[in-house]
Amino acid sequence: MSTSNPFAEGTEDIARKRLIGRVFVAICFASTLVGIVALVALIVDVLYESWGWVTWEFLTYPPSQVIENFLPGGRGAGIYPAIVGSIFLIALTAVFTVFLGVGAAVYLEEYAGDNWLTSFIEANIANLAGVPSIVYGLLGLAIFVRGIQLGSSLIAGALTLTLLILPIVIVSTQEALRAVPDSQRQAAYGVGATQWQVIRDVVLPRALPGIMTGTILSLSRAIGETAPILMVGAATSLFVAPDGLTSPFSAMPMMIFEWATLPEPEFQHVAAAGIVVLLTILLLMNAIAIFIRNRYDPRS
Amino acid sequence: MTANAGGPRTVSKAETDDHRSEPTEDDAPLGSPRVADPVIKSRDLDVYYGDEQALHGIQMEIPERKVTALIGPSGCGKSTFLRSINRMNDLIDIARVEGDLRFHGKNVYDEDVDPVALRRKIGMVFQKPNPFPKSIYDNVAYGLRVQGKDDDVDEQVHTALERAALLDEVEDQLDSSGLDLSGGQQQRLCIARAIAPDPEVILMDEPASALDPVATSKIEDLVEELAEEYTVVIVTHNMQQAARISDKTAVFLTGGHLVEFDDTNKIFENPESERVEDYITGKFG
Repeated sequence: MSTSNPFAEGTEDIARKRLIGRVFVAICFASTLVGIVALVALIVDVLYESWGWVTWEFLTYPPSQVIENFLPGGRGAGIYPAIVGSIFLIALTAVFTVFLGVGAAVYLEEYAGDNWLTSFIEANIANLAGVPSIVYGLLGLAIFVRGIQLGSSLIAGALTLTLLILPIVIVSTQEALRAVPDSQRQAAYGVGATQWQVIRDVVLPRALPGIMTGTILSLSRAIGETAPILMVGAATSLFVAPDGLTSPFSAMPMMIFEWATLPEPEFQHVAAAGIVVLLTILLLMNAIAIFIRNRYDPRS
Repeated sequence: MTANAGGPRTVSKAETDDHRSEPTEDDAPLGSPRVADPVIKSRDLDVYYGDEQALHGIQMEIPERKVTALIGPSGCGKSTFLRSINRMNDLIDIARVEGDLRFHGKNVYDEDVDPVALRRKIGMVFQKPNPFPKSIYDNVAYGLRVQGKDDDVDEQVHTALERAALLDEVEDQLDSSGLDLSGGQQQRLCIARAIAPDPEVILMDEPASALDPVATSKIEDLVEELAEEYTVVIVTHNMQQAARISDKTAVFLTGGHLVEFDDTNKIFENPESERVEDYITGKFG
């Protein structure tokens, strides 16, 4: 065959550009791998360390300073008060955050005028999202524990965590509200709805999945926070679960921190067991977030 | 007829018109802008977006139970005018309106007019079908519910769907989502939603521009039928559509001026303004 190839010109150049493309893909893939490998390594290590230590007794007994109590045949020891403490803490935080966060976001996004004051407030809320959590711990200690005399109680802890995640919830809720198409608002205004009716019937239902996702992801950050509740004075050696808003409380990250600092090497396994429980609860919360996003998405 | 031949005649006719019609304002459109018993009457209506003036002294009268088409090239202000009728422009922070827009003689921009009450008398259908992510039934019932007209919702929903020529197609799936309908059906659903609370006027902002030709012709038939009960004001990009379905046509040209307003036949067969003729014959736009 002697027909000349009309596409012969420039093949080398194309081949070189294609090679650059392949290198780029390889770099992107390697970046992805780093994250996944690190996560898998962490989970494998924690599971290995905790193997055999996450027992029914561990979930249902109060902690102990004596390592034998954690072992089979011991008196029984575990993380029970901290699990209950963390769940109560997060439930209370959820209630405060949803009302304050969604309220503030709806006000800023739907009602507040488009002026310098609104921009100033919005910029500051975004900045607050970046403030280290220990600072919120100090704030909680000054205002809730000492200022209004709540003491080192469950409610003081919940209010502190609320302050911590409020900026993130406000910002993510604002984004969810902004994503509601204007055509939907106009459709409602067009049939004579008032602004309140538009927000209640059209904007909030449409934004709900986004609001819930942002809120639950923030709450799963809050449940793992140690520094703020440390400052507020969460207990580590608490043998009963909290039974009221003003009870002293413990929380899972506090317990894990406590165990990790104990001298006996076996407590490393106990800490790992605590991490497994905490991670399980975190993953459950994230799964709920995804479920809610899919279930309540009005478009599906 | 050519534009050149139309030119001189246009000028002379316009002059005699000016002498005949009473208050001679610079912004008065050519043609015969006066109608008997107008439902909506706009006088010296200026609309600004920030520093930009989108409409200049619009003078227009819209007749009852007729289809009035607003045509013109992009950016000529026809949609802005439509949205100033039911004060949808209020929703845009930077929009500002000056002058008069009277609905049955009452200036809708008076301080004692509640835009929500106004929109209950003047319904609207938008360019892209925008049903709510709710059931077909709830979409149509929405206006009734927000307006508190919730006796006999069933009956009103059925009537509205029937008038919107959609009932036969959706009668046995009223509980399924409005988003599952085709584009043309969605737009008729939006029309049903707009007419369910029984407004007097229906504003339509290019209601068929996002639809295929078959769906478009259904909407056009529907518009003509609706004019038996409602006053319809329709913005359209499509001049053939305006010619087919409207009784009156207003031509807006660049810069937000209403250049000519007359019976649709007159506008399309024998316009007074040379620029309108150029636009209609496709010389620009």
